[in-house]
Amino acid sequence: MATASMLVKVPVSVDADKCIASKGCTVCVDVCPLDVLVIDINNGVALMQYDECWYCTPCEVDCPTHALTVDIPYLVK
Amino acid sequence: MSAEYAEKEVDILVVGGGTAGPMAAIRAKEANPRLNVMLIEKANVKRSGAISMGMDGLNNAVIPGHATPEQYVREITIANDGIVNQKAILAYASNSFQMIQRLDKWGVKFEKDETGEFAVKKVHHLGNYVLPMPEGHNVKKILYRLLRKNRVDVTNRYKVTRVAVGQNHRVSGVMAVDTRTAELVFIKAKSVIICTGAAGRLGLPSSGYLFGTYENPTNAGDGYAMAYHAGAELSGIECFQINPLIKDYNGPACAYVTGPLGGYTANAHGERFIECDYWSGQMMLEFFRELEGGNGPVFLKVNHLAEETISTIENILHTNERPSRGRFHEGRGTNYRQDMIEMHISEIGLCSGHSASGIWVNERAETTIPGLYAAGDVACVPHNYMLGAFVYGEIAGLEAVKYCENMSADKTDSDFMAHESERILRPLKRKSGITPYQAEYKIRRLVNDYLQPPKVTKKMELGLRRFSEIRDDLNDLWADCPHNLLRAMEVHDILDCAEMAAVSSLYRTESRWGLYHYRVDYPEKEDDWLCHVQLYKDGEGQMACKKIPIEPYIFEPDAGDVQAYERLRIVARDML
Ligand SMILES: Cc1cc2nc3c(=O)[nH]c(=O)nc-3n(C[C@H](O)[C@H](O)[C@H](O)COP(=O)(O)OP(=O)(O)OC[C@H]3O[C@@H](n4cnc5c(N)ncnc54)[C@H](O)[C@@H]3O)c2cc1C
Ligand code: SF4
Ligand code: SF4
Repeated sequence: MATASMLVKVPVSVDADKCIASKGCTVCVDVCPLDVLVIDINNGVALMQYDECWYCTPCEVDCPTHALTVDIPYLVK
Repeated sequence: MSAEYAEKEVDILVVGGGTAGPMAAIRAKEANPRLNVMLIEKANVKRSGAISMGMDGLNNAVIPGHATPEQYVREITIANDGIVNQKAILAYASNSFQMIQRLDKWGVKFEKDETGEFAVKKVHHLGNYVLPMPEGHNVKKILYRLLRKNRVDVTNRYKVTRVAVGQNHRVSGVMAVDTRTAELVFIKAKSVIICTGAAGRLGLPSSGYLFGTYENPTNAGDGYAMAYHAGAELSGIECFQINPLIKDYNGPACAYVTGPLGGYTANAHGERFIECDYWSGQMMLEFFRELEGGNGPVFLKVNHLAEETISTIENILHTNERPSRGRFHEGRGTNYRQDMIEMHISEIGLCSGHSASGIWVNERAETTIPGLYAAGDVACVPHNYMLGAFVYGEIAGLEAVKYCENMSADKTDSDFMAHESERILRPLKRKSGITPYQAEYKIRRLVNDYLQPPKVTKKMELGLRRFSEIRDDLNDLWADCPHNLLRAMEVHDILDCAEMAAVSSLYRTESRWGLYHYRVDYPEKEDDWLCHVQLYKDGEGQMACKKIPIEPYIFEPDAGDVQAYERLRIVARDML
């Protein structure tokens, strides 16, 4: 069975200059109920890895540096 | 025996750390600190479940001076079209006020008037039960503090997949999978409390976005599937949950917040067409008719209110519960001052918090399996909402403590673990196949096509055929990482819930609960069907239903009040 991947725009964006994941922060990854955020180990910044978002915003509200923004997913917007 | 799983042992295992779950664990530990109580959660209890960002208010507070337990039991009996176990509703109603006082003492903020009394509002048809909590953001923080204080063993990021029943037919533990490493664990327990919330990923939202559901989409119906496979009875599954929501955004607007402030549900002409905005099946049927009729679509109207009132509404709706409502409206240029808010009906779900579908429980939160309890949206106590989840979480926690004190753990057959480990890990062992996304999308699209009311017999039969074909496809599910394995396991739950929804809807050959069970080919409500429909796994492993009688009412509903619920439509408009 062959598979293919399809790219989509994701609703969460992270300001790399503000994100302090490289200093050990994982708050947004910890709180997300859908577990769709990860820390990109290459550049030490949080990243949305799966387009499965409830636009519920704990990741944004709990981020200590206001680095993360939740937009309404494009299909819903 | 397979060595693919770790083993742990506790006294009480609470599954799901949203609303009911933390309360069950806290109250169990408070009652007996020596017991080993674990709270296991698919997400992280800090921000999990329906109340992750707080709540707009209590929808069903029974507060002396505003309502009595008796009045509430009558109201819910009528709102749920007679199909209730009044003892279970009464247990909620009698404990409602002490729970509000407990939460108040813990620091949850409820609206109070100048004299410091709770500021209760009227939204229901008959009594006064709505208590706003405009500053209700902190509920989860408070629960978390108490979990820590009482030394509950909190285990995050595990999906429980099955409940085990032991050799003496008592509950004996659960199987769970770490959602980040795919490691398996069998947790032996004397008692298990299922608090896994609604089946929120059943219908497909009209946006097509799988996770743009009304319910927190972490709740995929896991608890319904777990209880079914363990052999417990479920009830009222055919009484679907369908809610009036902001179109596309798919969250509440919410009439409970705006109603007491002067907002109302209107048609395209800005006119009211229903007497009462309390969410019932009858209300949803009128909503559906207006939506589909020439006067549709339907709106929430607040643009006639004073600036001060509108700012109050914005303040609640845009900071609490579903705070991204504000940015959604902004994106579309909708301003409450000028515009009406376009509304729609939600996808179908199973949820006793809003409707009546759930695991069968009595007034002690006991399921039909000894040692297994259920509380919250997943347990059949109709219209229970958030406070019902707290009250039944408490009841389940305290009952589980009593049960454990004189009970040893039942022994699980190791076949169970071997079989379940194999089922869980199968998608990871493949190198390619059907992705969980595709399987889930297809099931949920078929749920919309064949199960969304108005219900039609032939359509539901076709739906069952399609579901059984997909069941064969589940052998080809492929997961390339632990996260997608989580989604693959949820696909199993979603398919189970879809079949349960079809089977129980076909069984009840009448119409009841307004839109929730509106069967076009059986349009009338029938006296023979004034009974519960129980769904269970029969001796051959097949899904089966049976009728059980309703226990004699403690409080007979008033005939005049029954009519009030049935005549929700405003007559003047009907005649236009
Ligand atoms: C948007 C919205 C608005 C609402 N507004 C109101 C309101 O204003 N007033 C009111 O009274 N009620 C309201 N309700 C209803 C109320 O929130 C719910 O009835 C109540 O919170 C349900 O509690 P629960 O514990 O059953 O479920 P939840 O709080 O959803 O908790 C279920 C938990 O189980 C976890 N879980 C699920 N599956 C598994 C598994 N397999 N293994 C481990 N963990 C699992 C989930 O991650 C989740 O944390 C609202 C609900 C929603 C969705
Ligand atoms: S908005 Fe909610 S679901 Fe989306 S990434 Fe943030 S926490 Fe996760
Ligand atoms: S919470 Fe904020 S700072 Fe921390 S990892 Fe996430 S985005 Fe970065």
